[in-house]
Amino acid sequence: MSAPAEVAVAVAGLRKRFRDVIAVDDLGFHVNRGEIFGLVGPDGAGKTTILRIAAGVMACDAGSVVVEGVDVIAEPERVHERISYMPQRFGLYEDLTVEENIRFYANLFGVPRRLREERAARLLAASGMSEFRRRLAGQLSGGMKQKLGLTCSLVHAPSAVLLDEPTTGVDPVSRREFWHILYSLRAEGVTILISTAYLDEAERCDRLALLNRGRVMYCDTPQALRARMPGALLEVASPAPRAAREALLGRAGVHEVLLVGDGVHVHVDEAARRLPEVEAALREAGVPVEGVREVAPTVEDLFVALLGSGEAPS
Amino acid sequence: MSAPLADPEIEVERLEKRFGRFVAVAGISFTVRKGEILGFLGPNGAGKSTVIRVLCGLLKPSAGRVRVAGIDVVRDPEAVRQRIGYMSQKFSLYPDLTVAENLRFFGRVYGVSNGALPGRMRFALEMAGLAGRADALVSELASGWKQRLALACAILHEPDILFLDEPTSGVDPLSRRRFWDLIHELAAGGVTVLVSTHHMDEAEYCNRIALIDRGRLIALGSPSELKHRSLGGELLLVECGALGRALDLLAGFVPARDVAVFGNAMHVLVDEAEAGGRELAAFLNAHGVEGVRVARIDPSLEDAFVHLVGAQSPRSTPAAGAAP
Repeated sequence: MSAPAEVAVAVAGLRKRFRDVIAVDDLGFHVNRGEIFGLVGPDGAGKTTILRIAAGVMACDAGSVVVEGVDVIAEPERVHERISYMPQRFGLYEDLTVEENIRFYANLFGVPRRLREERAARLLAASGMSEFRRRLAGQLSGGMKQKLGLTCSLVHAPSAVLLDEPTTGVDPVSRREFWHILYSLRAEGVTILISTAYLDEAERCDRLALLNRGRVMYCDTPQALRARMPGALLEVASPAPRAAREALLGRAGVHEVLLVGDGVHVHVDEAARRLPEVEAALREAGVPVEGVREVAPTVEDLFVALLGSGEAPS
Repeated sequence: MSAPLADPEIEVERLEKRFGRFVAVAGISFTVRKGEILGFLGPNGAGKSTVIRVLCGLLKPSAGRVRVAGIDVVRDPEAVRQRIGYMSQKFSLYPDLTVAENLRFFGRVYGVSNGALPGRMRFALEMAGLAGRADALVSELASGWKQRLALACAILHEPDILFLDEPTSGVDPLSRRRFWDLIHELAAGGVTVLVSTHHMDEAEYCNRIALIDRGRLIALGSPSELKHRSLGGELLLVECGALGRALDLLAGFVPARDVAVFGNAMHVLVDEAEAGGRELAAFLNAHGVEGVRVARIDPSLEDAFVHLVGAQSPRSTPAAGAAP
């Protein structure tokens, strides 16, 4: 994050349509060299399409994409030397061992023989997989397969990596380990463009674009995103969430009441003022309450708030 | 939900399921009350779907006792199947049929009588917010609508117990919230709901969560119980310059029981936030790290999960083909 930031990926005016579905709608963002930039959004937001176009494996209808100085639209072939693209279903050979998969990709990417062994060993150590080098890829857990996929796509030492939902379906422990590897890549100056449907992963990026239906709803740091929440969130712990909601809906200053597993989340205009009012209203209605307190909004809360404030989809 | 003493709707006692030498479920016990929403949270291959298949009477347990709606599932799987509904994330809808045709089809499959079907269809359409859309082709519906239709199909025969398999993963947050409103409504009407998911944010909507890892039940409690009690400490958000150096330094800072990088910051687990935070800031300052800011944060379900699972044996074992 050293200033002045160099731009590693620049996307502007990007459009892509599949028959009557607009997948990417006049979209732009840029990624600075050496940062982790997240494309964050639900299924159908356009994440995969953007990455495919940026990786030079899909044509777009309009717009410009420059990755590591290469105009991807004009010369899609050239971008492959500089970057690595890991699609959602990365092609591991299940009947080859971990080590053999890495060797295969080293060949494919034209890594010189003398560099190969040293680099493979270093990558395996960095991903904590050295002791599994002789295991068949087909026998790895989901999280380990993703780590191996990442390892294979790093074998030609790319300066930027494009990762399409690498943590989907991966258990939380492996997910942390995966991000840990990304942070060490970042420390080496590698630029990372990663997509995710887990909104909470926004917190882990240096900057992110929050996407919905092919458009950027928001683009900045996660810290700045948190500051965008209008009002505040109160958490009411109660064994009777529905009664709590009944008692609170429609009150002054209460925007929304969301049922969660062990209470409700109340979106209010102002925490300090509404907290005692909410407590009083629940007491009055005879709703059993174990506690009311202000909590930090999640990225999902922010997503919904942003939708409500602007370009709400149908 | 003040713990009615009625018979539990689902009772699982020391359930075991082996596939050859692979142990998919290694002795799990729990009960679910009528009208409760229980989340099964765990990674792919943890054994979640195996447990659900046993509960549905589709798989025979290798050992243990399973009762659903008072029925012994091993003895009478057919009777159980009439009492349950099932909905998967991969909506098993017919895209080239209309909404009404799908409902009619599933109504017949589930054995809803001809007399009852129109009424049930009206109820299902109303509940799912699909009234007026009965003649729309399913392929033309947005994913949030499809998901509610799949739910409508699963409850046509008025099941007592509903199984949901990652019902809202990847769905946009607004649709997800609407969906969960429906689920809470059904539960309030007495339907018992079992949700299996690896999504932390789906689990938040459940009354209680069973954390499953490698065939074992590693924790069971309400979302807030799990978040606040399982860490055995308090969590700090630490922001500072020179993150990499701070990380190295904290490896030698004893009160920090766990350190994880989150973007430009770290999450640090300490025994007690106030004193721990002060000590930590002083420690980093003394080593020349600038701009240290420390704040206490609420742990997430993921923090709880990672702590509970990570405390056990190392993760890097093969999933052994997972459950089929």
